[in-house]
Formats: sequence, structure tokens, C-alpha cells
Amino acid sequence: MALTEPLAVDIENLGFHYQGDDGLTFSGLNLKIAKGMRFGLFGPNGAGKTTLLSLMTGLLSAEEGSIHLLGHDIKKHNKAVNKLFGFVPQDFSFYQELSPVENLEFFGAWSGLSRLQIRKRTKELLHILGLEAVRNKQVDKFSGGMKRRVNLAIGVIHNPPILILDEPTVGVDVQTRHAIINYLMELNKNGTTLIYTSHQLSEAEGLCEDVALIDDGKIIVQDSLSELLKEHRQESLEELFLNLTGKAYRN
Amino acid sequence: MFKLWATIVKDFRVLVRDGVGLALMFLMPIVLVFVVTDIQNSTFKMINKNKLPILVCNRDTGESGIQLLETINKIGMFKVSNLPKNQNEKTIADAMKERDALLSIIIPANFTLKVKAKSKSVAGKALTSFGLQADSVQKNVGNVDPLTLYYNPVLQESLRLSVKGGLQSALQLVESRETLRSLYFSINEKQLPASLEDEMLNNKATINEIPVSKNGSLSAPNAAQHNVPAWTIFAMFFVIMSLGGSVIREKVSGSFIRLKTLPTNYLVGLLSKQITYVIVTIIQAVVIFSLGIWVFPLIGLPGLNLPSDVAGLFVVTLVCGWCAVSYAILVGVFAETHQQSNGFGAISIVILAAVGGLMVPTFTMDTSMKTFANFSPMHWCLQAYYGLFLEGGRLRDVLGNLIPLIIITLVFQLITFLGLKRKNLI
Repeated sequence: MALTEPLAVDIENLGFHYQGDDGLTFSGLNLKIAKGMRFGLFGPNGAGKTTLLSLMTGLLSAEEGSIHLLGHDIKKHNKAVNKLFGFVPQDFSFYQELSPVENLEFFGAWSGLSRLQIRKRTKELLHILGLEAVRNKQVDKFSGGMKRRVNLAIGVIHNPPILILDEPTVGVDVQTRHAIINYLMELNKNGTTLIYTSHQLSEAEGLCEDVALIDDGKIIVQDSLSELLKEHRQESLEELFLNLTGKAYRN
Repeated sequence: MFKLWATIVKDFRVLVRDGVGLALMFLMPIVLVFVVTDIQNSTFKMINKNKLPILVCNRDTGESGIQLLETINKIGMFKVSNLPKNQNEKTIADAMKERDALLSIIIPANFTLKVKAKSKSVAGKALTSFGLQADSVQKNVGNVDPLTLYYNPVLQESLRLSVKGGLQSALQLVESRETLRSLYFSINEKQLPASLEDEMLNNKATINEIPVSKNGSLSAPNAAQHNVPAWTIFAMFFVIMSLGGSVIREKVSGSFIRLKTLPTNYLVGLLSKQITYVIVTIIQAVVIFSLGIWVFPLIGLPGLNLPSDVAGLFVVTLVCGWCAVSYAILVGVFAETHQQSNGFGAISIVILAAVGGLMVPTFTMDTSMKTFANFSPMHWCLQAYYGLFLEGGRLRDVLGNLIPLIIITLVFQLITFLGLKRKNLI
């Protein structure tokens, strides 16, 4: 892993805990993700994946330490740094009363694009994600897979250098998953850094170059997937996952 | 600017696809304006044109009972129907139900005798006090037996008191006539000429009613002038059902999360919602006022007359709409669910309307309630509208109402801002 290259994400000594909660706490957490990487963050339920993504995207504020995205401190740059990443949340985060085109028009504007740029990107994305035929239909009539594609399209409309995906393929059929993963690979080829979390570990194996396992607010391991499998003498990411995080139920 | 424009377009699209919200914002207040104006107009007509049905059981056999009946008829307030003499409380109650009468009176059996005796006695006393010789003054003739008034409990107290006042005047007229006749007869030993009697009793000074207005208009306000502005305000505040829900939907659906990760401040979203929904409140006012002007007369309701200061009316509507929208956003920001927003929103609006004088005028409230009314934005909206619609005022005349309204609105905005900060939403 070439950490000397410009870092897409540089987290140093991160400290955070939920107010009035004895549960999850980050203390002195460090994480570095190189630019152009396909990075997977995995861990059991409640391990801290979504919290870490929320801290990276500014949805939560860190109490200690710093988070830099492409060299910009997210605390200091406030909203301007948000142009550097696209976020695809696990929930359908758009307006179901609107059509894909109307959603892209609105979120494109909020992402800082001009009218012309929005029109161009909307055309491209609807074509790539197979939504042209339903471009003007209200999204609330769509299947789960179509909604996932709309969710993804909104996250990438402004061509962000970093794309953060929280379980982007949950609940979709094989065809949709295949299309989404292919599109993510395509984006990465064009230089987009992918930061991805999922419980679909077989899917993640095909997608991610580097992985980190997180549990109880701590990064247990971080390296390239091939190195980790070799080091821990495991055949698959799932085996590695169970080996390092245990088989007990998590709440 | 493009971001704001795109957000306004988005908000309008979301709004027009919310059929229930639109119905609540437009249909419900329109129905309310029609129903309340019609009811109030019917009440007005019942008193002034339709006349209150009253049953009279005249047990008296003399002329005073008949005179009293004639006088009651002349008041013009009642539609008199006679009952047989032998009615008791039970049969009178049955007759009231049967004939849909809210009132019934019994003229006692010896009414004429008693009135005449009382009048003779009063006339005698009057002559004695003038130093003249009275025929024979009966000192203790006693009072005239009271009239009995039965009424349906649904009759409002104010209306009942008005009925009682009317009957009292009729009674007094009958007694005065008899006293005059006695007095005249005692002095002149002949009957009081009818023309003189009429002149003495009926030549009353009239009361000229003039509405006090700021523009010198002499037209009396009607039920539409009172109700249309009041229920337009109610409609404006009812945007909470759509707007509060819209804010909640954004929070619950996760759109908020996405918006927070974009390089745009959520205040743009709030500004867009304010612009969008203030336009909605102005459309509501235009629709309801138009119905008042053009549709009300077609269905027999009094038409709405717009104030002379139309620009002033626009400004008042704008400020009222802004206040209503600010309140809706405030509730939407603090509520966690649709149920909370809709439940609290609807109930709080009804309370604010009641306290603010939309349902019962504030001048009839006690002092503590009047103090509370000052905290209801609807009170200031109503006062500003009444200043234009009823008092014929101009914008400068209602600035005293708009300033507190703007202050309340700014307080709503400030609390919303603090709430968003506290919830880490901006």
C-alpha cells in the first residue's frame, strides 16, 4: 500500500462518543486511505462502520483528532469540502414523490452543478444505470433495485473524487448488484476512490483492494485483502472476518 | 440563486403531489368558510328577518292581554302563534317541540284587571302629588302577576336577554298606556283621544346606527366581512398539515442526511420552504376572498367587500402567511413523527384560533384571556384584517397589529434555528 501518495482519507487520533451513551466510543482511531483505492470497511453490527462514515461525511462531529479528505480538514472547510465526496446512504435518501430526473435536478443543484452540467450528467447516469425508460416516473412506484440505482445516481451526479457507499447493494437482485458493482469498478478506473461498507463479503472480495476490519470502535486490521488473507492463513474475507471478530451474536 | 430556485421547484413538485395536504390546505378551509358564514348569516337572518317563533298562551280575557299581544307583534322580532288558554307547563313544552318554537309565554288570567288597578293607583298617586283630588286611591293594589317565559335551553343567553328586553318593553308600553288613560280620565272625565294616545306613546325618538370606520364608509359589515378573513387565517395556519409533514418526511426518509452531506447549507432549504408556502398562503387568500366576492352572492350569502387599500391587504396577507409558515416549520423541526406534527399542529391551531378571537371575539373574553390573546399570532392577524375589512383602515392603520405579528414570527424563526442547531441539522 503506497501511503506516500496523496491520501483520499486521513484520519488521525479520532475521538468520539455518543452523548449519554455508554456504548460505542472511538479513541485515538487512525485510518489512511490512498487516493484511487477501492477500500472496504467491514465489521459486525454496532462495530462503528456507519458512525465512522458519518464522521467522514460531517454528519457527526469528532471530539478529538482530525479528518482530512484529499488534504482538506473537514472541520475547517465546513461545507466546501463536501464537494469532494459523494455519499450513498443505506436508506433511500431522496424524494420518492419525484421522478429520477427531478431528483437529479435538485440534488445536482445542491451539489453545486450548473443547469447545463446537471442536464448532461442526468442523461449519462440514466443511461448507465438503465433508468431512461422510467426517467419521468415517480420513484415511489419503483422496485427496490431501481430505487438503489437512483440512490447511487444521486451520490455520483457531481463526479466526486471520493465515493462513500454504505451497503449500496442491500436488498437488490443479482442483475442489479452486478450492474452496480460494474459501475463502481468503472468509476474507480476513472480515478474515483471508493469507500465501501457491506455485509455482502463475497461481493466485497471482488470489489475491494484494501480492507479494514473494525470492531467495538477500533480498527483491528487494515491492509490489502491479499496480504491479510495470506497473513491470517484464511481462504476468504468471510473466514477472515469470523476469525478476527468471533462468531458470537452482536446487538 | 440557482440552488434556491431548484429547491423551490422541488418543493412545489412535492407539494402538488401531496393530494391530502392540498385538500387540507384548500378544500377544508373553503368548506369551513362557507359553512360558518352561512350559519352566522342564518342566525342574523333569524333575528332580523326570519323572526323567532313564539307561542303565546293568553289566559287573560281583557283588553290589556290583547294589547300586549299586539305590541309583541309590533316589535317585529317574533312570529307569534296563539295557544289555547288551558295550557299547562307540560302541554306548552309539547307544543314548543311540535311547532319548533324556542319560546313560549303565558299571560296570566287576571292581567287586565291587575294592570288597570295598578294604573288607577299610580294615576291617583300622581294626581294627589300634583295637589289634585283623586277619585279614590287604592293604596295596596299589589303588583301585576308576572308573565311566564318558557325557553328552549339551546337559546343562547345573549339572545334570551334580548327577547326578555323586548317583552319588557311591550309590557311597559301596555302599563304606560293604561296609566295615561287613567290619568287623562281622572283630569278630564273623558276618554283619552286615540290620536293623542298614539302621539304620546308611539312618537319615540329613533336610534340611528352608524358603523364607525376609518375611511368614512357607512356600509354595515356583514357575516362575510367577519368570517372570510377569520377563516382565511385559519386556512393559512393549516399549512402545518402539509409543511410540517414535509419537514418530517425529509427527516424521516433520510433526505436530510443526504442534504447535510452536500455542499449547500440547509438554510437554503428552509428559505425555499418559506417562499413556497408563503406563496401557497397567498393563493389560499386569493381563492377564499374570490369565493367571498363572487360565489357567496350566488348562493344567497352576503358578498365580501374588499378593503380600499388592496396593497395593504397584500402586505397583511404576506405577513400572516409568513407567520403561519414559520409556525409550521417550527413544529416540523421539533416533532419526531407525522403523528406528532399533525396532532400537535392541528390542536395547537384550534387553541391559537380560539384564544386569538377567531371563534369568539376577544372583547367578550375576561382579562386573563385577553392577555393570552396577545400571544396568539392569529389574534394579530385577525386584528390587522379587521382593521382593513371592517374598519376601512389602510396599511398604516394596522401597523400596530403587524409589528407584534412580525415579532412573534421572528421568535418562531429563532427557535427553529436553535432547534436545528441543537439537533445538528444545520
